Amino acid sequence: MNYVLAVFKREFKAYFITPVAYVFIVIFLALNGLCTFYLGNFYERGQADLEPFFEFHPWLYMFLIPAVSMRLWSEERRSGTIELLLTLPISTGNAVIGKFLAAWAFCAVALAGTSPIWLTVNYLGNPDNTVIAASYVGSLLMAGGFLSVGACVSALTKNQVIAFVVAFIVCFAFNLSGFPMVLDIFRPWTPQALLEVISSFSFLTHFESIQRGVIDIRDIIFFGSLMMFWIYINIIIVELKKGR
Amino acid sequence: MDTFIEAENLSKSFGNLKAVDNISLSVEQGEVLGFLGPNGAGKSTSMKMITGYLKPTSGRVSIAGFDIFEKPIAAKQNIGYLPEGAPAYGEMTTISYLNFIADIRNVPSKQKKMRVQEVIEKINLNSVAKRRIEELSKGYKRRVGLAQAILHDPNILIMDEPTDGLDPNQKHEIRNLIREMAPRKAIIISTHILEEVDAVCTNTVIINKGQIIFSGTPRQLSTLSSYHNALNIVVSTEEAERLLKILNEQPDISNIEQIYSGNEIRITAILRNKEPLASSLRKTLDEQNIFPKEYFFENGRLDQVFRDLTTTEDNPENNLL
Repeated sequence: MNYVLAVFKREFKAYFITPVAYVFIVIFLALNGLCTFYLGNFYERGQADLEPFFEFHPWLYMFLIPAVSMRLWSEERRSGTIELLLTLPISTGNAVIGKFLAAWAFCAVALAGTSPIWLTVNYLGNPDNTVIAASYVGSLLMAGGFLSVGACVSALTKNQVIAFVVAFIVCFAFNLSGFPMVLDIFRPWTPQALLEVISSFSFLTHFESIQRGVIDIRDIIFFGSLMMFWIYINIIIVELKKGR
Repeated sequence: MDTFIEAENLSKSFGNLKAVDNISLSVEQGEVLGFLGPNGAGKSTSMKMITGYLKPTSGRVSIAGFDIFEKPIAAKQNIGYLPEGAPAYGEMTTISYLNFIADIRNVPSKQKKMRVQEVIEKINLNSVAKRRIEELSKGYKRRVGLAQAILHDPNILIMDEPTDGLDPNQKHEIRNLIREMAPRKAIIISTHILEEVDAVCTNTVIINKGQIIFSGTPRQLSTLSSYHNALNIVVSTEEAERLLKILNEQPDISNIEQIYSGNEIRITAILRNKEPLASSLRKTLDEQNIFPKEYFFENGRLDQVFRDLTTTEDNPENNLL
């Protein structure tokens, strides 16, 4: 546990040493604002809730989370520090989990930066705060899901740009897998069972149900097991890619 | 004495390429093993296997009694490792980097500050303690890497080219440090600088194309040189002719080399059986009124042995050296 904590601390601080963290947070908050007020018609709807705010998170995460995760492993491999890290007395699992948690905590910080909109909506009306709290939890879980994908992809390459683009595509696919436009392509020729599997991987569907204010244990299990799965794959990739 | 590092029959293949082929070595406390070989011979790959970074295709490594792949954590706690090129997290400052290493090495928090400070002073990092590692010069970066490796005072120190790219003063400093730590530790350093072997190593292993081609003390290595015990004489050019005449009469001398510099000449007499010449020669020179400015038997030339051992006919590139 100490080892995970040491890796976590170093990685988390690394975000804030470089301008990356600040640039990311500013862009995340600005885009959130733009989406909520212009695309989501926050005021015009005349409803005191944060639906127009959370509704865009899957789409924002889709390209912003890969930007957070792209350096996690590819930078270690490019600079050779991976050899240092993995010859320290820690297991590969310690390193993978420590890094993942650091990136996730960073996302949590960025998400916490959106709290003024929660205050705003409370000032303007009487929203259901349990729904908002559930949505925040759901949003963070979803960020973790995207992040586990991105971290895993980052372990595949020494090049951060490639890590970003590939992670973006995979995240995009996870978003779209529940959309009619994807499901309609499969529907005519795919058995119903497989269709349900595909659509069950949709982040959107799982996030939407949490967003309604119901934290369904199945959604939590979905994101939790998804993260564990990708972290496990991440460990395997790091092991396989050693010394190459 | 305890055997701290033991590698048995290590092999590593990358596809069809056999990078390391059946290497065995052992290092005891107090020993400094110089790991030599031309670039691409498999030095780094071997060290990566010994430190548990790469899994060997076959063979085993035992570190302070722990198998590096069965008990990796226990084994790695005993190792300080400086990987090739001394990688470090560039965005961190020297001191925060060393603190991170102390954390992950489980240095108790009470001793942490003291230990980090000790190492900073020992390696002369005070002036750069608060600077980012990526801004440091090559010499300082290498020293940060070294500081990281010795921070937890490990029994075993494995360093891949610790003095590569340093200036002569820095090399000297690092060698002093290694010599100073040597009695308490088992150390492996890889290098292709031969003076290093003479300067710090108690044992030498030379590998070429993944195989061990020599293993012994630096002294034994130098006896392989055709210059071992060769007689070196520096005389003025006027004396040279008379001297050469005398030397040519010596039956033990197989070959004579001459190097001119100004009005002096350095004559190197290579001996047939590499045994020192009888001291009667010196007397003969006196009688002939030849007064050498220098007169000594040399140990042998490591670079020449290295070249002889690692150059083969199917590798013409090396022959050019």
